[in-house]
Amino acid sequence: MHFPLSYVLIRNSEHQEDGGLEVNGEEIIRFERVTKEYDGTVVLDDVSFAMERGKFYTLLGPSGCGKTTILRLIAGFIEPTEGTIYFHGKPIQNVPPNKRQVNTVFQDYALFPHLDVFENVAFGLRVKKMKEADIRQKVSEALRFVNLEGYERRRIQEMSGGQRQRVAIARAIVNEPEVLLLDEPLSALDLKLRTEMQYELRELQRRLGITFIFVTHDQEEALAMSDYIFVLNKGKIQQFGTPKDIYDEPINRFVADFIGESNILSGRMIDDFLVEFAGKRFVCVDRGFAPNEPVDVVIRPEDLELAAPEDGQIVIRVDSLLFRGVHYEICGYDENGNEWLVHSTKKAEVGETVGLRFEPEAIHVMRVEREDEGA
Amino acid sequence: MTERAWRNWYLIPYGIWLVLFVVAPIVFLVYESFLDLDGHWTVANYENVLTPIYLKMMAYSFWYAFLITLVSLLIGYPTAYWLTKTRHKQLWLLLLILPMWVNLLLKVYAFLGLLGTYGLANALLQTLGIGARQLLFTDFSFVFVSVYIFIPFMVLPIFNALEELPPSLVDAARDLGASAWTTFRRVVFPLTLGGVKAGCQAVFIPSLSLFMITRLVAGNRVITLGTAIEQHFLVTQNWGMGATIAVVLMIAMAVIVGLTGSGRKEGSR
Ligand SMILES: Nc1ncnc2c1ncn2[C@@H]1O[C@H](COP(=O)(O)OP(=O)(O)OP(=O)(O)O)[C@@H](O)[C@H]1O
Ligand SMILES: [Mg+2]
Repeated sequence: MHFPLSYVLIRNSEHQEDGGLEVNGEEIIRFERVTKEYDGTVVLDDVSFAMERGKFYTLLGPSGCGKTTILRLIAGFIEPTEGTIYFHGKPIQNVPPNKRQVNTVFQDYALFPHLDVFENVAFGLRVKKMKEADIRQKVSEALRFVNLEGYERRRIQEMSGGQRQRVAIARAIVNEPEVLLLDEPLSALDLKLRTEMQYELRELQRRLGITFIFVTHDQEEALAMSDYIFVLNKGKIQQFGTPKDIYDEPINRFVADFIGESNILSGRMIDDFLVEFAGKRFVCVDRGFAPNEPVDVVIRPEDLELAAPEDGQIVIRVDSLLFRGVHYEICGYDENGNEWLVHSTKKAEVGETVGLRFEPEAIHVMRVEREDEGA
Repeated sequence: MTERAWRNWYLIPYGIWLVLFVVAPIVFLVYESFLDLDGHWTVANYENVLTPIYLKMMAYSFWYAFLITLVSLLIGYPTAYWLTKTRHKQLWLLLLILPMWVNLLLKVYAFLGLLGTYGLANALLQTLGIGARQLLFTDFSFVFVSVYIFIPFMVLPIFNALEELPPSLVDAARDLGASAWTTFRRVVFPLTLGGVKAGCQAVFIPSLSLFMITRLVAGNRVITLGTAIEQHFLVTQNWGMGATIAVVLMIAMAVIVGLTGSGRKEGSR
């Protein structure tokens, strides 16, 4: 995926650490300094953020980073060890899960094995004592949405993994909650169905106007679907922002590495708008660093252009070449031994020496993480 | 030799056991039930079973077995549920199973002491100001002691069924708006029904043929089919009649097992 580089020319390194404590529209959910521990192990570490009604949020991060934990806190299955969660500005600590206007698509589907597809989807409506005719209509609507018409009387055991996942989605959306929590709802689907469902879920979210909180560890999915993304690692929010923010301006090495492929190099900020890496100095658009502050530098592979060696700002020897359909993926090393990844429509031969060119905007400078934060 | 054939060889000891101790006794029992006191062929025993005396006895047996099963279930299910929630499951489970290792007769005699006129139970009642009363040889003490003896057989299968229930299903029900009670009624209980059935069978069937507890704790006030069989074989020496009741009882048990299903299959997914 490629995002055009038509953004502000001056970047400030003063990033917001927490995930947007203010929202523009109506606030629906807010976490205030929420910490969750299991037997003394910190799983969520002092997390604060606010979410706006009617937006599509994605929690993105590697396995075990606390995504499901955040959803379980919102749904009310677990309570924070410290901190407060607000729903429409009111603390919801004492509201049981069945009284929260929230529905969940569970990571393991959690479908009821003793009920058929229809009854699974109808469960929430029956609990609400809705009229039989309305139930029938709503359930068939929901099943049509997930492409499972005609499966009403199937037993859950007779459904494939992908079909079960879609039953789980139907069972949650049929209740039209204010907030829909989706825990990796598309992970069991094949690529075609997955892309289709991504599109349809996004459509549904727009149509219903409800807030979606979507969990995934697939960065492409996150970038494609979300209004806003939270990148998480080890129980902390690493970065909050729009897909474009996150892709173009990763806040640290972890985010840069996690979101898409990138070249990450260690360097030094000489002065405002001047950075040194790979043994050379380059003009850049970043400022606000201390003189000579050590930094990490990110350059996306698609922002690198192949050139003749004498025209290149960096010169590499091509080590490997891979055809990826739209572009070639070229990997090589410069004279200092730094690895460079290039996406180019032009071809280069293995063993050949080529130059690389890039714009000042393509250089993204990040603060180096403090040691104790790891990553 | 094929694997299948080998497996059949392994079955030989069990087959011998089955023939000697299961099939043969049943054949003898059925044979005996068609003999009168003088050893002649007759169906009189079966006609006898259908007389009011025996029908009443049968009704009593079923009634008490039903009571014992019901009380065991009402106490056993919450116990099993609570067990799955405790921190030290293994310890509590052990404490539950421990009494099963004590000889049945010993336990019954212990209750005779506890429930007797000058026993601990009456002493307690007295200090509470309720006053001593007849506890032994009552329906209450009979059901009470039976439940005590049988309750582990009720708790264990239910406990296992609850343990197998994925906790996310409970979360899902709550998430969809179900109260704790609705969640229990519509998700937890239906999914542990297999365990409940297994437990009820494990309690009901032996309760049907109780005789020792009946005699010792209920003081022969409660006459069940079990007691009748014992009396016929050991006291009146009317083996034919005893065998007939035993056969009828076995048929009744088979019917119950058939009706309630084998218990395990439906509970598991
Ligand atoms: N009930 C629990 N008891 C103890 N530790 C738990 C419990 N639930 C979760 N954890 C731990 O909390 C951490 C975060 O778990 P969580 O389920 O939120 O991860 P996740 O981001 O959803 O991961 P995945 O992508 O694999 O689903 C993990 O290290 C996990 O081991
Ligand atoms: Mg998870």
